[in-house]
Amino acid sequence: MNFLEILRFAFRGLTINRLRTFLTTLGIMIGVSSVIILTAVGNGSSKAVQSSLDRLGTNSIQVRSGSGGFGLRARAVSNNTKPLTVDDAVALINPTQAPDIKSAAPVMNANATCVNGTSTSTPATFSGTWPTYFEASNTAIAKGVYFSNDDVTQGRRVAVIGNTTATELFGTDNPIGQTVRCGGIPFTIIGTTEVKGSSGFQDGDSLFLAPITAVQNSLTGYQPLSTIIVEAKSAKTTDAAQTEIQTILDARHKVKSSASRDYRLFNQATLLATSSSSSKVFTVLLAAVAGISLLVGGIGITNIMLVTVIERTREIGIRKAIGAPKRAILSQFLIEATILSLVGGALGVLGGLVGSHFTIVGVKPVIMPSSIFLAFGVSVLIGLFFGGYPASRAASLRPIEALRYE
Amino acid sequence: MQPVIDVRGAVKRYGQGESSIFALDGVDLVIEAGEYVAIMGPSGSGKSTLMNIMGALDNMTAGEYFLDGIEISSMDENALSVVRGRKIGFIFQSFNLIPRTTALANVELPMAYQGIKAAERKMRALKALDVVGLSDRVNHEPTELSGGQQQRVAVARALATRPSLLLADEPTGALDSKSTSDLLDLFDQINAAGRTVVVITHEMDVAQRAKRIIRMRDGKIISDSLNAELAR
Repeated sequence: MNFLEILRFAFRGLTINRLRTFLTTLGIMIGVSSVIILTAVGNGSSKAVQSSLDRLGTNSIQVRSGSGGFGLRARAVSNNTKPLTVDDAVALINPTQAPDIKSAAPVMNANATCVNGTSTSTPATFSGTWPTYFEASNTAIAKGVYFSNDDVTQGRRVAVIGNTTATELFGTDNPIGQTVRCGGIPFTIIGTTEVKGSSGFQDGDSLFLAPITAVQNSLTGYQPLSTIIVEAKSAKTTDAAQTEIQTILDARHKVKSSASRDYRLFNQATLLATSSSSSKVFTVLLAAVAGISLLVGGIGITNIMLVTVIERTREIGIRKAIGAPKRAILSQFLIEATILSLVGGALGVLGGLVGSHFTIVGVKPVIMPSSIFLAFGVSVLIGLFFGGYPASRAASLRPIEALRYE
Repeated sequence: MQPVIDVRGAVKRYGQGESSIFALDGVDLVIEAGEYVAIMGPSGSGKSTLMNIMGALDNMTAGEYFLDGIEISSMDENALSVVRGRKIGFIFQSFNLIPRTTALANVELPMAYQGIKAAERKMRALKALDVVGLSDRVNHEPTELSGGQQQRVAVARALATRPSLLLADEPTGALDSKSTSDLLDLFDQINAAGRTVVVITHEMDVAQRAKRIIRMRDGKIISDSLNAELAR
């Protein structure tokens, strides 16, 4: 009795009830592909967050109003909170008091819809700022020029726009030199930025940057600043720069203790640490869900193999009566279960690879190669493990009882 | 030459204590090579139990059993499967062919379990199917064959391993009279070729074809004689 022969018996066994074989395989397939896809989604989202943080610039520190969490505007305007002003930004550029700060740029966000003829676009980021913003935020120009300090002092209504905004407003036309009306105010486009890509939840190319004076004069008035973006001289001096910012702003805002600060600092490192730990939890959670579905698929195999063994009790009895050794019966049923999980696993890997090509809830999945091997390996082990019990039950049937079974 | 079957003091008891039932109650039986034996008796007489024990399908509560001089009663399941494959050819009332499997594959199966090479296996299977007159039905599955044909496939399967003993349990129970007489002719032919044949039946005309008739009742052998009709 060689292995090939037992393999043939196993295949024949599986073709008896094709629908059942297919459904059992489907269970494992769903399990394996969900492990691959879900870990790829988790991985992809953490990669996306990381790259969007990289885009901020490695040396940049953001100063935001308020003592609470992200962008709590209500706190920023409460009584004992002094808003961030352009003067705060100016104060931070001080080579004696703050030798580690390379530049600081005030950022004034606005909400405005831009119109060019019949085309409209509402940029996700519509900001008035200084030219130093471009370097601090890692924003490079693809075509045209940056606006200059002169543009800021003169309050000229010029703008640099992102790729998405450009396409929405001008289609394939060259936007440079054209004029759009944003919130009713005309702006002349002088440059477009390099494609940044989506950062998972926000389109980095839906961008409209203009001199802060132009935005304040025509759109927002003299409200508090949204943020001040500070660039440290190098990644190493980020911590020193942070201390300098605190010293200067504490003095200006008359802050007595660190607990009563009315502004918050965010730097690349802290954001990265927070996001990577949260995305790790996210990935583990997704993997756990997927793992459970793989387990359910495995139990499906046990169930079907038990039914198969009972259904074929008589056949097992006949085989034993004509001299089949225990080992031959055991391997036949074990191989049947393993084929089920092997085929299911292979189809699942295929499904996972195909499924990972689609963007899922705004996240581009990035396959972790280890998840493929893990999911496939586990599915084969599941076949052996969950098929083992029914197989050993079949093998240890007493021939006389198996033959009497109707 | 040692007997093919040598059963000594065979006891098979079901249940414990007061309520226990003796399916076999001290049976001694010797069958020599080349005999054609019929075992008769009403249902519950223990003839099927005796056949299961002779076929190494069931174990005894007490007693000894030698098959071809080898003691079977103390063997483990793995060794028994080898004995079943090599020494015994079974023929059952309900044919017991493997479903969805061709006649040829069914006949080859016991040889496959013995590890006989594919080419020789096929040759021997085709020869056995030829002996039972089914050369033209080699690639038919059980459902495409009549009852008589299915039983002849079973005979071919039993013969192909060249067993010491052909054990038939009510082989004609599910057959019409034409198929029955064909099958019994086949048994005569097999026995004439020197093979030991044991048939278990409750039909007199089937038993009449055997050379020796054993009658059982309540787990005991009540008579054991040469066939009176043949002797006459």
